Amino acid sequence: MEAIELKNVTFAYPDGHVANEELNLVIRKGERVAIVGQNGAGKTTAVKLMNGLNKPTSGDVLVNGINTKNQTTAQISAYVGYVFQNPDDQIFNSNVQKEIEYMLHYLKLDQQEIERRVSRAVELTGIEGYLHMNPFDVPYSIRRFVTIAMVLALETPYIILDEPTAGQDLIGIKTLSNLLDRLQEEGKSVITITHDMEFVADNFTRVVTMANKRIISDDSARNTFWSKEIITEARIKKPQIGEVAEELGLKGNIIFRHELVELLKKY
Amino acid sequence: MNCITLKDVSYKYPYTEDFVLANINYQFEKGKFYGIIGPNGSGKTTFCNLLRGMIPHFFHGDLSGDVLIEGQDVRDWNSDLLSTKIGYIFQNPFTQISGIKETVFEEIALGLENLGVEKEELIERVVEVVKLLKLEKLIKKNPNNLSGGQKQRVAFASIIAMNSDILVIDEPTSQLDPESTDEIFKIINLLKEQGKTIFLVEHKIDLIAEYADEVIVLNQGQIARSGLTADVLSDLSLLQMGVTLPQATLLSYDLQKIDKAIDTISITKSQVKDQIMKRVGV
Repeated sequence: MEAIELKNVTFAYPDGHVANEELNLVIRKGERVAIVGQNGAGKTTAVKLMNGLNKPTSGDVLVNGINTKNQTTAQISAYVGYVFQNPDDQIFNSNVQKEIEYMLHYLKLDQQEIERRVSRAVELTGIEGYLHMNPFDVPYSIRRFVTIAMVLALETPYIILDEPTAGQDLIGIKTLSNLLDRLQEEGKSVITITHDMEFVADNFTRVVTMANKRIISDDSARNTFWSKEIITEARIKKPQIGEVAEELGLKGNIIFRHELVELLKKY
Repeated sequence: MNCITLKDVSYKYPYTEDFVLANINYQFEKGKFYGIIGPNGSGKTTFCNLLRGMIPHFFHGDLSGDVLIEGQDVRDWNSDLLSTKIGYIFQNPFTQISGIKETVFEEIALGLENLGVEKEELIERVVEVVKLLKLEKLIKKNPNNLSGGQKQRVAFASIIAMNSDILVIDEPTSQLDPESTDEIFKIINLLKEQGKTIFLVEHKIDLIAEYADEVIVLNQGQIARSGLTADVLSDLSLLQMGVTLPQATLLSYDLQKIDKAIDTISITKSQVKDQIMKRVGV
């Protein structure tokens, strides 16, 4: 099956600390999924299970039918690209262009293919102006796009973005939003961890919510944000418009501004 | 009383051609909460470096104009004294953790230790901050093994423990979940109520709308807009600069379109809610 499948997965660190318990999840080819939840809920360890950086303590993780248990992280990363939460964990070359090309040379691709991939990744992330800079001289928020471009250039069918919205301005958020659309058109799956609830409402229909090491819900953004149980247990928030609608006692599980305005027109 | 005064300040980093900040004039008053916003690359972090005296004490480059901290030229300040006067919380929490301490407790105590604070007082202050930031469960953990959000809260605790009069805070909640973000803003507000002057760089505009007294908008190294929060954050032209406006502001403008009687623009959730209740009669 063309999917990432988590089957009853539990993950514990070598010191015995359990980070994920009984995760069950299927992410199919071309799907776009947001993962939300409190700090420490186990979101990052869960996505690291998907690309083989973490191996399950019990249960199975299958990537396109291949069990990650029997594979090296390098083998799995041909299918699943992971953009780290901290860009500095992922950067080591002397300029941005070299950084993006590095893995492509390692994969022994020909020069024409390298150029095609780099220009696509650069266009999608809008970092044209930074290619000849040292990655560490690039502003933090842009540096995150450098690491995204590095992973995009690998052209894996699955891409994981770990808190890409952190520290982004309006332009950065729009770039991310366009990127998600383009990747979906290309048939890629994108799994995004984020704390930005407005970004979730605007860009995702499927939302996986985690709390206390477990997946507690896998539902639409609207149902997720209007479930009292999920909001309370995962300690997430509705987008501000949803909160206004709730406090006014309005019906219709509103999460968008245009919905609220339409409703108020009737009064 | 003025806490920091900037007169015609321009700055460029060493070995670069362009000025990162240009013609900055502002008088910051003691005890106020200033929100600093602007698109990425507009000079916000450099502005923070200027406010806390890292420019010119650490970053040399070309500084022109006057930077007065409590009336005294920044160049005449002793840089050690300045670093205790002005606390700074980094944008990237992964950078702020020292990496040399094995427990969160020691990490929080590190700054005080460096100041030569007596052991008893040191413990007392760390315990106080741990309580304030609800870090009890983390104090025995190794700071290097914490999650991004936890590191951010520990970094915050280390600076609060120093008890500086002025706090310059660069995106303290970028890695935090919504609940911890709200908590951090409440704590920052509490620090303001204790008389501290707050400079906060933040993209979470709904929270700036809620808490800041004044807002400075930086764009291409200049102050593009400034003034009372309600005035600045109801300015639609900020969108063209790449600055987000609060959801409440945008909703308020939408409501004005359907109800001409609405003559003021709300910038916070509670204001817009009141506005809807009054005018539309929900």
